[in-house]
Amino acid sequence: MRHIPSLEITQKVKELCIKAAYELGKDIVGALEGARNKEESPLSKEILDEIIENAEIAQKENVPMCQDTGIAVFFVEIGRDAAVDGNLEDAINEGVRQGYSEGYLRKSVCHPLTRKNTGDNTPAIIHTKIVEGDKIKITIAPKGAGSENMSRLAMLKPSQGMQDIKDFIINVVKEAGGNPCPPIILGVGIGGNFEKSALLAKEALLRNIGTPNSDRELDVFEKELLESINNLGIGPMGFGGRTTALAVHIKTAPCHIASLPVAVNIQCHAARHKEVVI
Amino acid sequence: MGNLIKITPPLTDKDVEKLKAGDKVLITGVLYTARDAAHKRLSELLDKGEKLPFDVKGQLIYYVGPTPPKPGQIIGSAGPTTSGRMDAYTPRLLELGLKGTIGKGQRSQNVIEAMKKNKAVYLAAVGGAAALIAKTIKKVEIIAYEDLGPEAIRRLEVVDFPAIVVNDMQGNDLFKIGVEKYRRL
Repeated sequence: MRHIPSLEITQKVKELCIKAAYELGKDIVGALEGARNKEESPLSKEILDEIIENAEIAQKENVPMCQDTGIAVFFVEIGRDAAVDGNLEDAINEGVRQGYSEGYLRKSVCHPLTRKNTGDNTPAIIHTKIVEGDKIKITIAPKGAGSENMSRLAMLKPSQGMQDIKDFIINVVKEAGGNPCPPIILGVGIGGNFEKSALLAKEALLRNIGTPNSDRELDVFEKELLESINNLGIGPMGFGGRTTALAVHIKTAPCHIASLPVAVNIQCHAARHKEVVI
Repeated sequence: MGNLIKITPPLTDKDVEKLKAGDKVLITGVLYTARDAAHKRLSELLDKGEKLPFDVKGQLIYYVGPTPPKPGQIIGSAGPTTSGRMDAYTPRLLELGLKGTIGKGQRSQNVIEAMKKNKAVYLAAVGGAAALIAKTIKKVEIIAYEDLGPEAIRRLEVVDFPAIVVNDMQGNDLFKIGVEKYRRL
């Protein structure tokens, strides 16, 4: 058994929170630059330039790229030979508390009914998984509400096939319009059950842009969806243009013989995720 | 692409008439910030027949909840939030003379009609360009609801704050015009 002090987890989580808010991933910046070069609308070209410039400023000046620094979502893979000295969830939440305070990030978490702000951006949303090994891998994916609010889930019928799945996904993007800050990235979860499909959709967003889906059929489906979505003409911010989405990522899981859950998690262009292995 | 127009609130009907969907504007002067929680309170004041913390006549409201300023900054990152969440409150403020709102995403038909009726515009700022936009904000003063933190009402003084006209007072909508132009069937 390898012992990992909870203080170390808190420290790493604090750093992850700040880094995620300040530094946009190279894969996203690359995709934005590619989109900018292909964009036909002069206004949308300018918007993409501003988004790229904004990311540069955020990184250079150590400031959040977006004022919505999100609710902190974590995916934690715990090696079965790793033991945390203390409570893992408490350690992560303490890291969030410190990271959002010391990084001057916005505290955006409140009671769902009274709407009273918790004041420190906790509690975080933590998904854990037990894996082989003696390490702990922590991935943060802070999520803003603009794109999260436009995400949808449908319990389709098994009689409905690929075309209905496609229609549902495209309709979600169409209805979202300019709200989720396009260009967006789409995480799609197909199968599992009600909550599993949503989790798959969120996990799909963690894949780096430009990395193909390991399943060839899904890879083809992703590219087909991306083309159809970009043909909608919504464009950056919804002002019209070629770039509505930068990528579509799909994850699947077996489901009940009577079900066909499809979840679409929309991610804005500030697609923040960072990871650390302890 | 539209024209580039410089504006300074308070705006008159004439100022608003010149703005067309697709135009780029650079705003210099005062903007008031308000989002969900502040709008709820403003609405409650109106229900009770009380005075608002600022006179909305001729003014622009920017939907933003900035990050806290770092030492040496006057405001943190300050990009627009989704305007649709304020749709329920906006027509009332337009009736009182508010000349425009700034946010991101589409407005409801009700708001669009209220803008036509009251000669007002809806402007969009670039969502997610929060660090860039913050550079145009030169002065910040909290004027109401400090307890709401990022949702407090702030009076901002801006220089060349960039925005795009989405809905003009003639009823044109950049979202519809733009999408029709670039849609491929």
